[in-house]
Formats: sequence, structure tokens, C-alpha cells
Amino acid sequence: MTSLLIFLVLAFIGIAVWQLTKIFDLTQVGTSKDNSEVANDHDNKVNGYLMFAFVGFIYLFTIYSLVAWGDLVLGTPASAHGSEVDNLMNISMALIFFVQTITQFLLHYFTHKYSGREGQKALYFADNNKLEAIWTIIPVIVLSGLILYGLYTWNDIMFYDEEEDVMYVEVYAKQFSWEARYAGEDNTLGKANVRYIEGVNTLGVDMEDPAANDDKAVTGELHIPLGKKVVFKFRSQDVLHSAYMPHFRAQMNCVPGMVTQFAFVPTVTTAEMRLDDKIIEKVNKINKIRAAKSLKLVAEGKEALDPYTFDYLLLCNKICGASHYNMQMKVVVDTPEDFKKWLAEKPTVTKVWKDANAPAPVEVKEVTPSQVVDSTVVVAQVIK
Amino acid sequence: MSAHEHGHHKETFITKYIFSIDHKMIAKQYLITGMLMGIIGVMMSIFFRMQIAWPEESFEIFKIFLGEDYAPGGVMRNDIYLALVTIHGTIMVFFVLTAGLSGTFSNLLIPLQIGARDMASGFMNMLSYWMFFVSCIIMIASLFVESGPASAGWTIYPPLSALPQAIPGSGTGMTLWLVSMAIFIASSLMGSLNYVVTVINLRTKGMTMTRLPLTIWAFFVTAIIGIVSFPVLFSAALLLIFDRSFGTSFFLSDIFISGEVLHYQGGSPVLFEHLFWFLGHPEVYIVILPAMGLVSEIMASSSRKPIFGYRAMIASIIAIAFLSTIVWGHHMFISGMNPFLGSVFTFTTLLIAIPSAVKAFNWITTLWKGNLQLNTAMLFSIGFVSTFITGGLTGIILGDSTLDINVHDTYFVIAHFHLVMGISALYGFFAGVYHWYPKMFGRMLNKTLGYVHFWVTVVCAYGVFFPMHFIGMAGLPRRYYTNSAFPLFDELADVNVLITIFAIVGATFQIVFFWNFFYSMFYGKKATQNPWRSNTLEWTTPVEHIHGNWPGEIPEVHRWPYDYSKPGHEDDFVPQTVPMMEGEEELHH
Repeated sequence: MTSLLIFLVLAFIGIAVWQLTKIFDLTQVGTSKDNSEVANDHDNKVNGYLMFAFVGFIYLFTIYSLVAWGDLVLGTPASAHGSEVDNLMNISMALIFFVQTITQFLLHYFTHKYSGREGQKALYFADNNKLEAIWTIIPVIVLSGLILYGLYTWNDIMFYDEEEDVMYVEVYAKQFSWEARYAGEDNTLGKANVRYIEGVNTLGVDMEDPAANDDKAVTGELHIPLGKKVVFKFRSQDVLHSAYMPHFRAQMNCVPGMVTQFAFVPTVTTAEMRLDDKIIEKVNKINKIRAAKSLKLVAEGKEALDPYTFDYLLLCNKICGASHYNMQMKVVVDTPEDFKKWLAEKPTVTKVWKDANAPAPVEVKEVTPSQVVDSTVVVAQVIK
Repeated sequence: MSAHEHGHHKETFITKYIFSIDHKMIAKQYLITGMLMGIIGVMMSIFFRMQIAWPEESFEIFKIFLGEDYAPGGVMRNDIYLALVTIHGTIMVFFVLTAGLSGTFSNLLIPLQIGARDMASGFMNMLSYWMFFVSCIIMIASLFVESGPASAGWTIYPPLSALPQAIPGSGTGMTLWLVSMAIFIASSLMGSLNYVVTVINLRTKGMTMTRLPLTIWAFFVTAIIGIVSFPVLFSAALLLIFDRSFGTSFFLSDIFISGEVLHYQGGSPVLFEHLFWFLGHPEVYIVILPAMGLVSEIMASSSRKPIFGYRAMIASIIAIAFLSTIVWGHHMFISGMNPFLGSVFTFTTLLIAIPSAVKAFNWITTLWKGNLQLNTAMLFSIGFVSTFITGGLTGIILGDSTLDINVHDTYFVIAHFHLVMGISALYGFFAGVYHWYPKMFGRMLNKTLGYVHFWVTVVCAYGVFFPMHFIGMAGLPRRYYTNSAFPLFDELADVNVLITIFAIVGATFQIVFFWNFFYSMFYGKKATQNPWRSNTLEWTTPVEHIHGNWPGEIPEVHRWPYDYSKPGHEDDFVPQTVPMMEGEEELHH
């Protein structure tokens, strides 16, 4: 019934437009206006003015956007390289805003200024090599500068010194959750492969590998210590996922069959970030929205929403299936002491495995050497 | 050379309108098919925008169009959201902006503007359209399979696209997608070969390469890019079919899903990404270059001035085409590939900004001191330059690997590619339709409706895509069924509602264009032979179409197409067929 009504409304609107067009055309009969459907001086004048007004609209909309939504943009970065990234972003943005402002103005102003008039003659100006050279060379110079700065920063981020004091953490992605594994005292992750997945060994760790003895697997919360370079090793169980940690300016795809990596130094603890002015503002804003929504929900007999406290996040950012939109893990930056305390409470994978598999003898699956891929070797290789 | 016997050709309805080998009819077939696919693609976008703005609400319109399976109780299913974005992307990029844009205007204008009777092979041309039509049917058919249409994004990365266990749409729906695209690619290649051969071989007397309108240069180079890059997507699709159906491991390795380890070993999803983007990047230039060509032509004619920097424009087209084949890795900066590759691709990507900038400056200079005839086609052409600049500039951010880390796969990317493709290229398409409508249908589009269409569209388009930059920089990922799972994104909800409202208004308003288009076809004012007073050869053909285009001999060409307001001539335009006067100099030969 509704569809019939919608169809009828649309049909009537169509008929109305048709008739209105006909009526308008009839009103033009006998007027001095031409009906060639080609623009005349009047059309040119009006649209010229509208074009000039449009650049005003562009400027106003841009300013409005910056004012209204400027604070949505992520604020203080929480990693050491984050400020370099933000610096480059700000410079690039300043540059493109500058170019945008000038070119849009010229484009729309010229449209207005040179709008067609009977008797006006255009200038036969077909080329000018000097101009072409100027606006080729200047972009080359500016872009080269940007590229060099960008590449320097990129190398800084993507290549870490093997001698550096780093901490290895594996982040494991699967439809639709995350798991993390700490390398323990030996700072070496035990070998792992999906073919070892069994029961509580959800990460597929090779229990025979001695390096795995002190590994600790966690779900729900990923803790990392302040000031230490954490090298994340990413694995995926099934399809492509992407580990996106926007506050840290970090992102890396998780590829099944491959180990990828990304490293950063956390520089702001969760507690500190919660005291950041911008964050406090954001949290208040969000909680206001949530409170309003909760009122509505409760009125409908549903549960109210939990209030929001700030936390760093790990979210999936590569389409991975139906629940791609809800694949998240809390990330917590602790002081080194708190981190040690937190980690000490977690059981090793060996203990978890033993507990789950006491006392009855378990048939050990035969895995042939050719099937085992040393997944701790990073394919996205570090180049010295 | 395919000569047509005009006057003695006994035509039936079938040979005139259905299985025509006349390039003008084929152009119109591409146009209308592209427009109809566009309606489907845009409707899908309205649906998923509604879901984003009002998450998990029940909508009557979902019940009607998506049915009980895809939208139980009128609430969109979460994997169907992914299906909608997938098919939307596929339809818009390939079926509307490639076939609908290149297919229409290359077919219409190449023979007419170079002075040829028809394409080199009218039969292959007809075949290319009908294969395109079949690929459309198959793609639409995939919407009706029980397990749902392809849902892995228009980029269909494996393993998600290879494993039906990973998402239902990767079953039959994905198979049909692959079949449709294979046929589409074959159609596209046939068309491209035709265009290249025709431009090289069938130019009329006096039509040297440097007397060609920029439209032809654009279509010619676009066709070459297509020939080079489409086969690579074809091979990727073929290898994916092998992985899906014949147990190979080109793209798959070490997968545990639905409680079991799959047998695949040794393959890499990153390989697929390379193969896909080797086409995927040139593809976006296949989309934009024809639009650039159309706009250059319309701007020159409407400014009553030569296009500024004809040679630089040609050089830029060629530079863009060449560079477009070596930048694909900028879609893969954080794919896990060696970061050194990231450096290489950042370098080449920022290089491609330069010929694009040159073109933008040249268009602006074309307007300077012109006598601008602001027909709707010209307005859309100016809009093209405006949005191309805006969208292109954000490409500088995305092309920088360091900056891409935090905005990859966020709404910032969506804003960028919609500004350059969804708006800019689309404006080029509209400009082309408004300008060459009299040539295609022998009638004029209504001027007032055209202006109304333009002004509402440009405002809504900005309203939809400009805010997306901000929510992208706020960290909002793309392809999220709802943002409500993250309190962090609660403050983005209002922006999303605003975007959706602009989208609904803008999309609905396209009715004005469709109305104008179909109404004027039958009741529009009859066109004169050269209503825009242009120089190019297509305006020397009679208004009523004839096979073979010219009733007598094909005209000979004596000058380039941009002698507008040339000193020494009384009229402000000098068609290419007019011989040089005593002592007149030609700028280019």
C-alpha cells in the first residue's frame, strides 16, 4: 500500500513538473526572450554571478566545516612518531588549502568577470611557454620538498634499528576479534601457525618451541608500556584485517599466511591522555550524546547506554566480513611498573595449555616440517 | 574502410535500434544503459547511507527493495550493507563511469571528429556494446541469488572474496560478479582496440594528429591505457576463479576458518592486491581522462577562445597515462609489502600531481579574457575543474605514505575518490550530455531545467562529500555497517545524518535531469546544425543521422579546432573545414 502511495506521489510530481514546464514555456511566447535553448546575455550574467557566489559558498562551507568539525580530527598523538606525522599533515594541509583558495577564486571569478556579452570579443591567447614553465616548475619544487620530508618520516617509522631495545608483541586477527601474545622474558615469540590451533591454543602456538614457554596470550585488553618501542607482529587467521590504532598513528594490514609488522613508542599513558583538555572536551560531548540517546532507549523499554571513558583503541580497518564494524580491542598504555604488574598476573601459554590438557594423554597431531612456516620471520623485511 | 550505402540500406527496427553497427546508435545505447545502471548504483548508495545515518532502523523502502531476506523486518542485514557498497562501487566505476562515459562519447565523437564514416569495425563495435549489456544483466542477476551478491568490497580482496564461509556473498554472488566482469573487460578491450585503430587509420585528409580535438587525444590515450591494464584484472579474476573453484593457492595460504584448517598453502593476498591495482589505478584515469577531453572541448567552444596550451595539454595527457601505470602501490602502503616499495610509489604518485596541475591551470587560463557562453554544459565543465582541483589536492595527502597510515581506508579516502570520480568525472559526463545532446538526438535540452539541475547538484554534491574529510580524519573506517559500536564515533553521528540528507536530496533531484533528457528527446526544440557555433567536424554533419555521417564526400580539414575569436576573421569561430586565408598563419601543423 505504501509503495503504491509512493509511486503515485512520484508520478504526480512528475506530471506537475511536466505541466509547469509547459506553462513556463507558454509564458515565454511573445516575449522578446529567445527560445533557442542556447544561453543568451541574461543567462550568462545570472550564472556568472551565481558562479561567483558559489566560490563564496565553497569558502563559507569550508570555514563552517573547520569550525564545526575541526575538533573531530584526532588530537594529541600518543606515539613518538605521531608528532612527525601530524607535522607533515599540517604542512600538507596548509599547502593544499592555499592552492585551493587561490585556484577556486580565480576559476569562479573569471567565470563571472568574463561572462558572455553581445559584442564582447575574446582574446586569442593560445599558449605561453613561460607560463607553462612557471606552473610546472613551481609544483615540482614544492612537491619534491613534500616528498623528501614524507619519505624521511616514512623511513623513520617503518625501519627500526635491530640493536634497539624493543618489545615484541604479536597481535592476532580473526573474524571478529583480536588476541595478543607477549614474548615474555626471552623477548622471542614462539613459532606459530594456524595448523597448531587446537582447543585453548587459539593462536596456534607451537608448544614444542622453547621460545613459546614464557609467551602470554591475552584477549580483551592490550597493554603496552610507556616509553618502550613496541614492535607489533601481526598475523591473521582467516581473511585480511587491518590493525588500526588511530591515536598512535599506526595501521598495518593483517595478512593470512604472512607476518607483517609495525613499531612505535607510546608516549602518553591512558591516565595522562584522560587528563588532556581536548580529550576531556570530547568525552563530555560524547557522554552528552549518549545520555540523550539513553533517555530515548529507556523510554522504549531498552537498556541505557554505558557512559564513555576515554580509552585507546585497536579497530579493524580492512573489510573482513559481516561484523567488520565491531572488531575492537582496548589498548592501554601503562607506566612501566604498572605494565609489569599487569603482565605478571597473566598465565603463560604453556600453563594454559597444560591446565586444559591435564591429566589424560592427548594425541599429538603430527605436523610435517614442510607444513610449518616460521611465522615469526617478517616477510615485510627490515632493510638496513 | 567501411563504406555504407546510404539510401539503399533496408533497415528494420532490429537493425536500426537493436543490433546496429552505426557508431552513433551504439553511443546512445551505451549512454542509456549507463544511465540506467547509474540509477541502480545511486539507489544502493542512498540505502546504505540511510543505514549509516539511522543505524539499525526499520525502513519501509528496505522492505520493498531489499525484501525480507536481505532486510528482515525492514532492518538491513549487516553483510547486505557490505553487498550494497560492493555492487555500488562496481557499478559506478565500471558500468557508469567507464562504459557509460568512454563508451558513449568515444563512440559518438571519434568517427565524427576525425572525419570517418564509422569505426574501423562496426561489427566489433556492436559486439562490444552487447557484451557490455550482457555483463550488466549478469551483475544485476547476482543481486537476486539466495546467498547474496558479492560483498567483499568492489576491490574484492581474497581471502574474503574467495571463501563463501567468510561471508555469504562470496558464494554464487561472487562467481556471477567475476563472470560479469570478465565479459565487461572483453567488451571494454574490444571497444578500446576499435578506438585506437580508428584514430590511427581513419582520419580524414588534413587531419594530422596535432589538428585533433583534445577529446580525441583523451579517448585515444584512454583506450591505450585500457588495453595495457584491463587484461591484468582479467588475469587476477581468472586466478581468483582458480582459487575458488579448482583448489589452487595463488592468493591463499594458512587459513583457519569455520573450525578447520583449509588446504591452501603458499599463496599471498598481497599478490592479488598488486594485480588488482595494476588495473585499479589506471582505471581511475580511464574514468577521468575522457571527462577531461570533453571539458577541454566544451570550455574552448564556450569561451570562444582556443584551449590554452594545446600542446601542453596533449603532453599532460600522455604523462598522466604513463605515470598512471607506475603508481598503483599507493593503494597498498600498509598492505604489508616492503616499505621500500612504499617510498617508490610515494615518489611516482606525487609526480602525477604535476601534469594534473598543469591541466587545471590551463583550464583556468582558458577562461581568462574569454567571452564565456554559460550554457549548462559550460557550467558543468567549470564545476569539473573546481571539484577536480579539490579532490586532486587531497590526493597529495593520500599519496604520501606517511600520511596514508592514519587515513587509509577511512572516510577521507571516500571523500577523495568521490570528489574526483563521483563528482568531477560525473560532471564531465553531464557536460558531455548537455553539449552533444543536439548531435545525438537532433533536439535541444531545456535550458532552464539544465540550470536548475546544475545548481542543486553542485550544492548537494559538496554537502555530501566535503564533510567526509573530517570524519575520516577523526578515524572513522569505511565499510562499517554502523558506527554505534564505538562510543568514540558518537560525535560523528550528526555529520553522517547531514551527509545522508544532502545525498537523498541530491539523488532525488537527478529526476530533473532524467525528465529533461527523455522529454526533450521527443518534444525538445529541434536543433540547428551547429547550435554552439563550434569548429569541430561533428557539427558539419546533418542533424538527421545518416549512416556514413556525411551525405557526400568527407570534408577536408585545413586547420586545428581552436580558431575561436581569431584575429582577421569576422566570425568568432572558424570551422576546421575552412581553408587558410591568404597569408594566414597556423599555430600548429
